[in-house]
Amino acid sequence: MAASSRLLWASRAAAYLRISTFPRAFSTVLKDLKYADTHEWVKVEGDSATVGITDHAQDHLGDVVYVELPEVGVSVSQGKNFGAVESVKATSDINSPVSGEVVEVNEKLSEEPGLVNASPYEKGWIIKVKLSDSGELNSLMDDEKYSKFCEEEDNH
Amino acid sequence: MASAGLAGVSGAACPLMRLVTMSSVPILQQLHLEERLLRCTPDNWCIINDSTAPATIVMGVSGRVSELVEIQPVLRDQVPVVRRFSGGGTVIVDQGTVFVTFICNKNAVTGLQPFPRDIMSWSGQLYGKVFDRFGEFHLRENDYAFSHRKFGGNAQSITKNRWVHHTSFLWDYDVKNMDYLKIPKRAPEYRLARNHTDFLCRMKEYIPSRSVFTDGVIAALGEHFSVQPMDLQAILSSHEEFVPSTKLVSQQDLEEIVSSKESFRV
Repeated sequence: MAASSRLLWASRAAAYLRISTFPRAFSTVLKDLKYADTHEWVKVEGDSATVGITDHAQDHLGDVVYVELPEVGVSVSQGKNFGAVESVKATSDINSPVSGEVVEVNEKLSEEPGLVNASPYEKGWIIKVKLSDSGELNSLMDDEKYSKFCEEEDNH
Repeated sequence: MASAGLAGVSGAACPLMRLVTMSSVPILQQLHLEERLLRCTPDNWCIINDSTAPATIVMGVSGRVSELVEIQPVLRDQVPVVRRFSGGGTVIVDQGTVFVTFICNKNAVTGLQPFPRDIMSWSGQLYGKVFDRFGEFHLRENDYAFSHRKFGGNAQSITKNRWVHHTSFLWDYDVKNMDYLKIPKRAPEYRLARNHTDFLCRMKEYIPSRSVFTDGVIAALGEHFSVQPMDLQAILSSHEEFVPSTKLVSQQDLEEIVSSKESFRV
């Protein structure tokens, strides 16, 4: 395809998939999610939220070999760690972008921790939370702010 | 001011790094100290522990005992097994091991993002300054090596605003101790299925003395930080309410694994 046709196709595909695109090859950032500066994402549906780590995070962590999941029923607080991912030599805390009660954990990650790398926004989700304070979402970044944040971190 | 640093090589103020040097401290106690300093203090730390006793097997946070350790001889000889708070593989440490640990705020090193490979690369550059004069030093995947032989193994733990990078260095090792460890399924590519003896080397064959090594580490740190020696006793008695996650694997747990047909994480 000619370059202009490719760009047109790419931007239409991006709009359909709700993906932000930039001229350079940045990590994927989804439009409908909110983001923490510790690289976790949250998808809110009513008073329920799904949490995972971003494409930027999984790319920088390397191959995830183990995910330490919390128990269902525990409380999580915005900005506090609730679990960890292990990638080769490192454990890295996962910090909750929201406060509430853990109502479900992604048990598949026990057998397939690599889902966090392969599908960070879909199959690699980590916990589902019943929100206790939806006002906290205002302190999180939208996709544009988060993309810029990642760009600044990588160019530091 | 206690928090201000002296001017470094570039003339700019260096962040403070508190230095703790100790000798023959049991590895379980060292790891408990590290967790406390990581989770309960805002400071940068370097911990050097020259030698340890008793000889102890130390696994990473998610290691499966049955896959990594020869449990029968371990039970027979009552070798302690510890699960540490950081990631990474399994080692057996003893009086021939020298430990160096960095605990840093995420802003301690300008431009360094708190991710595993970034920290690992930074450490490789720092240790290059220490080891280049003694041998063909490399950071090979996640290990420190002379040529293709490993002498230092690394592990990390990264929290929201701080990270730990700790290393067990093989100043010397007892070949017999390696028999307590299985060859891991997850091994670096450069290992090429070599057994422990062919894969590892001893630092004492490259460097004149342990103190030459540790002095070299402190000198290399001094190019980035203002290094302040600390009194170990004062630190050991602080934050006693903190409960570390590093644990000794009990004899009962080891016996259950032996008697069980399936492997599970203890």
